[in-house]
Amino acid sequence: MSYIAKSPWVIHYDGSSCNGCDIEVLACLTPMYDVERFGIINTGNPKHADVFLLTGAVNEQNKDVIKQIYEQMPEPKVVVAVGICACSGGVFKDCYNILGGSDTVVPVDVYVPGCAARPEAIIDGVVKGLGVLQEKRDKMAKGGNK
Amino acid sequence: MGKKTIIPFGPQHPVLPEPIHLDLVIEDETVVEAIPSIGFIHRGLEKLVETRDYTQMVYVIERICGICSFGHGWGACSAIEGAMNVKVPERAEYLRTILHELSRLHSHLLWLGLLADAFGFESLFNHCWRVRETILDILEKTTGGRVIFSICQVGGMRKDIDDETLKEIVVTLNGIKKDIKALTDVFIEDKSVKNRMCGVGVLSKADAEELGAVGPVARGSGVVQDIRMTNGHGVYDKLDFEPVVEEAGDCYARCKVRIGEVFQSIELIEKAVAKIPEGPVSVKVTGNVEGEFITRLEQPRGEAYYYAKGAGTKFLQRMRVRTPTNQNIPALVKTLQGCDLADVPMLVLTIDPCISCTER
Repeated sequence: MSYIAKSPWVIHYDGSSCNGCDIEVLACLTPMYDVERFGIINTGNPKHADVFLLTGAVNEQNKDVIKQIYEQMPEPKVVVAVGICACSGGVFKDCYNILGGSDTVVPVDVYVPGCAARPEAIIDGVVKGLGVLQEKRDKMAKGGNK
Repeated sequence: MGKKTIIPFGPQHPVLPEPIHLDLVIEDETVVEAIPSIGFIHRGLEKLVETRDYTQMVYVIERICGICSFGHGWGACSAIEGAMNVKVPERAEYLRTILHELSRLHSHLLWLGLLADAFGFESLFNHCWRVRETILDILEKTTGGRVIFSICQVGGMRKDIDDETLKEIVVTLNGIKKDIKALTDVFIEDKSVKNRMCGVGVLSKADAEELGAVGPVARGSGVVQDIRMTNGHGVYDKLDFEPVVEEAGDCYARCKVRIGEVFQSIELIEKAVAKIPEGPVSVKVTGNVEGEFITRLEQPRGEAYYYAKGAGTKFLQRMRVRTPTNQNIPALVKTLQGCDLADVPMLVLTIDPCISCTER
């Protein structure tokens, strides 16, 4: 994990998840899994965040909230879709109020499947996301927009 | 008095893992009115009965909520079993009771942690969740899942838990009792924690009854109401227990009710394991649902209500769930009136909101 040059801060938003993935995201931060030892902190402020953890599918009411959080985050940023609902809609795919996975409103970099996604899988997803973050950071340093 | 200002609270808020939106009308630092608006997690899963047959529907209903998922699965199964006149074997009822109490344990420990986080005691939050991992390990070992189990099926249980494992569970739970006691003592005795909770957000008994509060919120206000006592679901009638009731109606009382229930759940599991009979854990269910049935059960957050109706096809005609948080929101709005702005996150948390249950 030599590429964690900085402490990546995450922001978590519950799309229309059943809570299963949300409590697993929180479990990652607590002593059993403890990602804080790598400098990963869960922040409530989008402007402080590097990684956007999104659980649950997108529906009519929350699509603007998700977009707003994403737009407020400074570049470079990565989006990790946690759980099968955030990936594709999952078991709720056919519900009338579900528009689909989180990639219908924001660009997703890493997909973490599972119902509910296990903390190990979430950590793995975030670590993959950090690689993407570094790539984006390098691109920005070379003068690209993103 | 200052002039009235409206402060939006949520939907994305650091203290809550779930989105709830409140418009707080404040005068100076005092909240005079709270207007909730919900719908951020509405999925419309009750409508799925038209495209999922009744055995598949159990999996969907279970995913109403990831914290009390076992209870939802059980409620859906027993509503369907009731409509089909299926008699579930006794061992399955015992296993369901044991798993339901394990869910309650993990839910209450989770809530205690979130409460600690809400009043800014982060190490206590971490310790509560550390202890909770032991419960999750038990659940994973017995059901295969940490938060979503899918072990309940129409007609009984998908698989048995052998007696040796059940005894191990009791030993493990008694082993962590000391850990839990050390944590709950902080909630009950620590002066700074008491300062935040005592006398905050008082809900009187009359208000609790009138607003239809359920579960620990009602019991914290002195209402003796526990569906486990009255409804006869599972094997609670054979386990001999009294509901945990506190009179004060403030945040401290609601916290004490849940702490009491943590230890009560461990006792109930112990009693159930001592009494569990031998036998099969499921019966084969054939045919389609015809007729309707209502069942209620006591979720960690209070009374939940399940209704199933079928018309002889493999699809149900209607599946309706009423969840406890839905019932507790009027009580929340009432307690928010007149509270300090800084206490709002804590008051929201003491009803133990489960928004994904509420909105489905």
